Amino acid sequence: MEFKDYYRIVGVPRDATADDIKRAYRALARKHHPDVSKDPQAEARFKELGEAYAVLKDPVKRAAYDRLGADWKEGQEFRPPPDWNTGFEAPGGGFSPGEMADFSDFFEALFGGGFTGRGSRASFHAQGEDRHAKVLIDLEDAYHGATRTITLQVPEVDGQGRASLRERRLNVTFPRGIHAGRVLRLAGQGSPGLGQGQAGDLYLEVEFRRHPRYRVEERDVYLDLPVAPWEAALGASVKVPTPSGMVELKVPAGSTASSKLRLRGRGIPGSTPGDLYVVLQIVLPPADDDAARAFYRDMAGKFGAFNPRAKLGG
Amino acid sequence: MVRKNDLLQATGTVPEEPTELTLAEVCRACAVRTEFIVELVEEGVLAPVGQEPERWRFTYAHLRRARVASRLQRDLGINLAGAALALELLEEIEALRTRIQVLGDN
Repeated sequence: MEFKDYYRIVGVPRDATADDIKRAYRALARKHHPDVSKDPQAEARFKELGEAYAVLKDPVKRAAYDRLGADWKEGQEFRPPPDWNTGFEAPGGGFSPGEMADFSDFFEALFGGGFTGRGSRASFHAQGEDRHAKVLIDLEDAYHGATRTITLQVPEVDGQGRASLRERRLNVTFPRGIHAGRVLRLAGQGSPGLGQGQAGDLYLEVEFRRHPRYRVEERDVYLDLPVAPWEAALGASVKVPTPSGMVELKVPAGSTASSKLRLRGRGIPGSTPGDLYVVLQIVLPPADDDAARAFYRDMAGKFGAFNPRAKLGG
Repeated sequence: MVRKNDLLQATGTVPEEPTELTLAEVCRACAVRTEFIVELVEEGVLAPVGQEPERWRFTYAHLRRARVASRLQRDLGINLAGAALALELLEEIEALRTRIQVLGDN
């Protein structure tokens, strides 16, 4: 297993006081908290930080860790010396197997000894924990409904009290009308109960995968629609792709760039369906040959009085 | 260490919002004590339907807020009012991010 440099993770020197450690931990915890940070690495970083703090805030664990010596480097191949924790009163313990599953093998090897045989008391019954996960689906799934196979990493504790992650695949039906932020509850799909206790539930929070074409705000969907200058100026009937199929859209004469056209009820379906907003983008034909350049020059002459910067006072 | 497991079948349902979760269900899902949820209601962070706690019914959106508030409080050592404030600011940031994205950040 790899050595973990808990002092480096918390960002304090090895002789830091308990107060220094707490301050440094709190500042980093606020920064990397998975509910606060948008960084995809935030969760891993936060867990690592929690593990480091769990050791450094506890005088007994910290002393035991310090005894490994200061010469180890982060990531270095590590085996605990056979007698490393002698002379300490129970440096392990204080963590549930569920919490231990979040911690590294390194932590478990040093401090995970206290759990052997736990959970084997036959007379103990308890309902399993509820579990939570986020799941990414496509916008189209919200229009049509979909059944998707999702993969979850589930912490699991074996008969010897060792915690590990197990990969679990689940077929989930996402009903039509589902949108980001909605939560699905799968009864009995959480952690198994202890003894004769019932299993917990699984809560799945839905998010949309980023779509190359559409943007979503609650139930409303936005699409940028490129149009030619004459289509915007004179009006036109154009074909527009929507998640529910192609529709014919009338661009009114005199439309300007960024005009928003609303297709009522073409957003995410539901008892009050969202709307689809088509945002016009005026695209100029390139002036890349003599004929096109001549045409633009001709236009400049014909629109001689037109001042695009009139509002700037130019 | 990752092990594979057989494919399991499960079908989720989306009950129409507002969805009816009891106080006990919210507590269990958030792994918090009853008093914590009661305090969130008193603080105005959660607004369940129903008069007294036994009749309270929460939405899944409430459940999400309660979980974030409980994690912020537990992990960052802030009190309930602080967690409530952070939660509201986070939601505002999220709404603004969505708005920016809708307006086109390309």
